[in-house]
Parts: sequence; structure tokens; C-alpha cells
Amino acid sequence: MATPLLSVENVTVSFDGFNALDDMSLTLMPTSVRVLIGPNGAGKSTLLDAIIGHVAATKGRVLFKGEDITGVDEYKIVRKGICRKFQAPGILESLTVADNLALAARRHRQCWRSFGTRVSVQVRDQVERVLGLIGLEGKKDFLAAHLSHGQKQWLEIGMVVASDAELLLLDEPAAGMSHDESTQTAELIRSLSSRHSILVIDHDMAFVEQLDAPVSVMHMGKMLREGTLEEIRSDPQIAAVYLGRAKEVPHA
Amino acid sequence: MKKWLKIVADIVLLLVLALAPYYLSSYHLSLLGRFLAMAILSLGISITWGRAGILSLGQGVFWGLGAYVLAMHLKLAALAPGDMPDFMMWSGLDHLPAWWNVFRNPAVALAGVVIVPTVTAGAMAWLVFNRRVSGVYFSLLTQALALVFSTLLISEQAYTGGFNGLTDFNTILGHDIIDPSFQRAIYWITLAALAVAFILCRWLLGTGFGKVLLAVRDGESRVRFLGYSPAAYKTVAFALAGALAGVSGALYILHAGVISPAMVGVVPSIEMVIAVAVGGRSSLTGVVIGTLLVNFGKDTISSAIPELWQFVVGALFILVVTALPKGLVSLPGIALRIKSILFKSSTAAALEGSNV
Repeated sequence: MATPLLSVENVTVSFDGFNALDDMSLTLMPTSVRVLIGPNGAGKSTLLDAIIGHVAATKGRVLFKGEDITGVDEYKIVRKGICRKFQAPGILESLTVADNLALAARRHRQCWRSFGTRVSVQVRDQVERVLGLIGLEGKKDFLAAHLSHGQKQWLEIGMVVASDAELLLLDEPAAGMSHDESTQTAELIRSLSSRHSILVIDHDMAFVEQLDAPVSVMHMGKMLREGTLEEIRSDPQIAAVYLGRAKEVPHA
Repeated sequence: MKKWLKIVADIVLLLVLALAPYYLSSYHLSLLGRFLAMAILSLGISITWGRAGILSLGQGVFWGLGAYVLAMHLKLAALAPGDMPDFMMWSGLDHLPAWWNVFRNPAVALAGVVIVPTVTAGAMAWLVFNRRVSGVYFSLLTQALALVFSTLLISEQAYTGGFNGLTDFNTILGHDIIDPSFQRAIYWITLAALAVAFILCRWLLGTGFGKVLLAVRDGESRVRFLGYSPAAYKTVAFALAGALAGVSGALYILHAGVISPAMVGVVPSIEMVIAVAVGGRSSLTGVVIGTLLVNFGKDTISSAIPELWQFVVGALFILVVTALPKGLVSLPGIALRIKSILFKSSTAAALEGSNV
């Protein structure tokens, strides 16, 4: 069996005795899409935080391409090939759209290698390619602050793509988008799966349906079910969780 | 076109300043020299505060380190070999401390002017930024550093000259410091140093480094999650500002002839920031102009009515923060906008008029 790209092994994250993640495990193979759903507070964002080193795992470990990355500095984890899009658009507003992407696309991110004014051909090509993907060619010299909300979301997805990371973590990429915009976003994510593995968090079931990918359901810091969207939908336990009657149902 | 215009304006300004020894009195030339030296420090604040959003209220420390290092050399150069500075003898020291003596060598002293503040600023920044201390906490920390530094200088009188500081410099590299022709040479050296620092900073802001600093100001964690270490970039920027401050301090005392704890403490450190804010912290030209204007203003006002300056500087700061957050350099843009609004409303009024 091939080495998984990402394996989260029995990770627990405690905040003052409260387990935001409770013995959570997840495996992701190369070039695959996985959707993570679950009610508010289920620990989805905390899982991304734990993968990327933003919060420390109390127990368990995270392997990326077979290498233990638990406790490694965030920016070093990113350099290994994991890039994350945050829930609220985290773009750099004083920079132009093209500069936002170029910053993400640069391979040499150490400070001592930053003292050049020339942008390498690879970075320029990458920026052009991603501008095409996210449909912002016409706005490349605009300041990112002047984009609409949906465009900001796309720009941040674009930054994650431009980083050419093997694993993309997308936290609610379609939040606040119109129906058409979220349809386009789903198409974009599906097209990206030929190059990247993608872990998507979302609540919006219409959007999840468009992604057409295996779904993992989290509840109270644990993995509840993994399966296709149909299997998940027909599971009475999951329906109970979403209807807020979780206490009556035994945990998986 | 506009870029060319800016470069031409900078060159004209440089020429006007370069010819100053021929049209200014030696008193005013000395003042201008001091303020140009201060402008070098302001460029550093523009990089850290204007570009990266790191507000230091303790630049007086790094400025003072550069100044004291050169002052130690000048003090030793004025003595016969084997002699000690007078304040050391009054304080009961029986021999010159070794860390003083290393600066007897002019090459070591000149290197020290840059290295001592750079390393101090870099080490402090590295420790603080790696612990993710930033924003107002960083500002307070630097202000505390300024207080500690000036207090230490006063209390260690035997080694620092205490409250009076170091003065009575008369020779550097065999030249007579107070000789008018040498004062002119120092003026040009200061101006050249400012020009070099200006070009260096302008280049730096256009590099990838400059863009990462801007990105750090916008969203430090976003930059971190793109695989950059914000602490490394901020440390290098702060160390650079420290180097510029050190050079600035050393050049300043060649014009002023004295360095004392009162010149490096909390109040001077804040005045340095105010001068930058008045000019416009994000514009290199702006911070140079701001530094010259505020310092000339301070000299003029405090020589007429000494108490008044504190009120003026406070009022100036409030005015800039509330009404002109981008400083004086934003005035032309604002004037243009007002003009366009007036123009638009007058055409609108004319159209309405024709409808009636």
C-alpha cells in the first residue's frame, strides 16, 4: 500500500481540560479530495490547526509523507508542502493581487534569500496560471483590499494553490459566496485534485454535494463516520447529531 | 513620468543641501548637519514602523550606542597616551577599563558605531519576536529599554561620565574637529551618508524583503502560513534600523560635540517617532522632510520660549494622528482631492442651474 500523504494518528488537543480533538484519526492519500463536515464546535478547524502546527497536540502525532511533523514550527510545516486557507479571508490587503500570489508562489522563503528585485520566471508563470484559474487576470494590479468578498475568497484559494503545496487545507472556501460563485469554487476544487490533495471543511450541504468527494463527519472532537455523501445522509446517528439530539445516540 | 519627477525632485533637494555650506552661517550649518544625521535614524523608523508596522519607542538606545562608541574614541583621542578621562579619575578609577581601550583604535571605533547597535537591536528583536511579542507590547518594551539605558548611563558615572555624558572632543583621525573647514567636511559626510542610506532603503523596499515586511504588517499569521518566518524578517529589519540609528548618533555628536543620557532616553526616543509621523512614516522622502521640519521647529521655538515646545510637539502629534495619518507627504494628494471635489460640485451645480 502506498504511503498516505497525511495521517493524523490519535490526536488529542486539550484546552484547559476540554478536548477540542479527542483521539482523532484521519488518513488522506495523494491527489484526493476529502470533505470534513460536522456541527459547530465539532473540532474541524482545530484539526486543521493541529495539522499545520498552530495548536500543539496533547497526545498523538501527525505524519506528512511518512514524516512526523508534530511540534514543528508552522512556517517549516508549510515549506514541507501543506498550505491552509483560513475561514475569514486572510489576504494581504496592501499588496496587489499579483504580489499576493507571488509571495505564495516563491520557493525561496528564507529571509536571506529575499534581497532581490527580480521575480523568477517560474514564479511569474505560476502567478499567471493561478490568475487564470481564479479568474482574476483583469485585476492583477489591483490592491487586494479593493476586491469584493467573493474575489478575496478566491484570491486566498489562489494563494494556497500558488504555493504548489501537495496538501491544501481549505476552511469554508465558499463561505459568504453567492450560489454561482460557490458552484465555480466547487468546480475549481475538483479540477485541483489532479495535482493536490485537498481537505475541505464546509457546512453547506449543497456545496459539499457539488464537490462529489468522500465525506468525514466529526462530532465532539471525534471522527463519527466516513463514507459517501449518500451513506452519510442515510445514517440515522448523523441525522441525530445534526438535529441536536446527540446525547441520545451512543458515540461511534 | 511621475517616477522621474520624484527622482528629479530628490536630486534637486540633494543639490540644495550639498551647497548649504556656501549660503548658511556656521551655526545654522551645524544645526542642519545634526538634523540630517537624525534623518538617517528616521529612515530606519520608516522601514520598521512605516513598512513593517513595528513601532519602537526606544530608538534613542541604538542611536545612543553609536554616539557613545564614537564619543569614547574621541575622548581617548583627545588624551595623551596613558592618561584617563577626567571623570574616571574623579570617580576613583585607577586604570582605563579594557572595553574603553578597544575603541582607541579608530577602525575599531568606526566599526563599533555600526556593529554595537546592530547586534544589540538584532539580539533584542530576535528574542522578542520569536516569542511572538508584538504591537503595543513591543513598543512598551522598547520604551522600557530606553529608560533602563539612560538610567544606567547616569548611574555608572565612572564609566560613562554620568549625567554630564561625554564632551570636549577636539580631534578625529588627526583633524581638528572645531575647525570650520573640517566642520564643512563633516557636513558633507553626513549628507553623503544620508544619501547612501536613502538609496539603500529605497532599494530594499522594492525587493522581496520589502514586500514580505509589508505583508507582515497586513497579516503576520498569513505570512507565517505561507511558509515565511515573520520573526526572521522583522529581526533583520529592526537590526537594520539599529545600524542606521547608530550611524546617525555618531554623526550627530560630530556636529553637536556632546552626548549625554538626556539625549538618548524616553523623551528623545518619542520625539524621533513624532518627527517620522509628521513627515509621513511610509514615505522615505517624507520622513527626511519631517525630521528636518520638526527639529528646526524645536530649535526655533525652544530658543524663543523653552516651555512652549512640549505643548507644540504634543499638539503636532495629535494633529497628525487624527487629521493626517499619512503625514505631510499626503497633503498634495489631499489638496488634489479637494480640488476635484470642488470642481465636480461646481459642474454639478452648473448642470442643475441649466435645468432650472
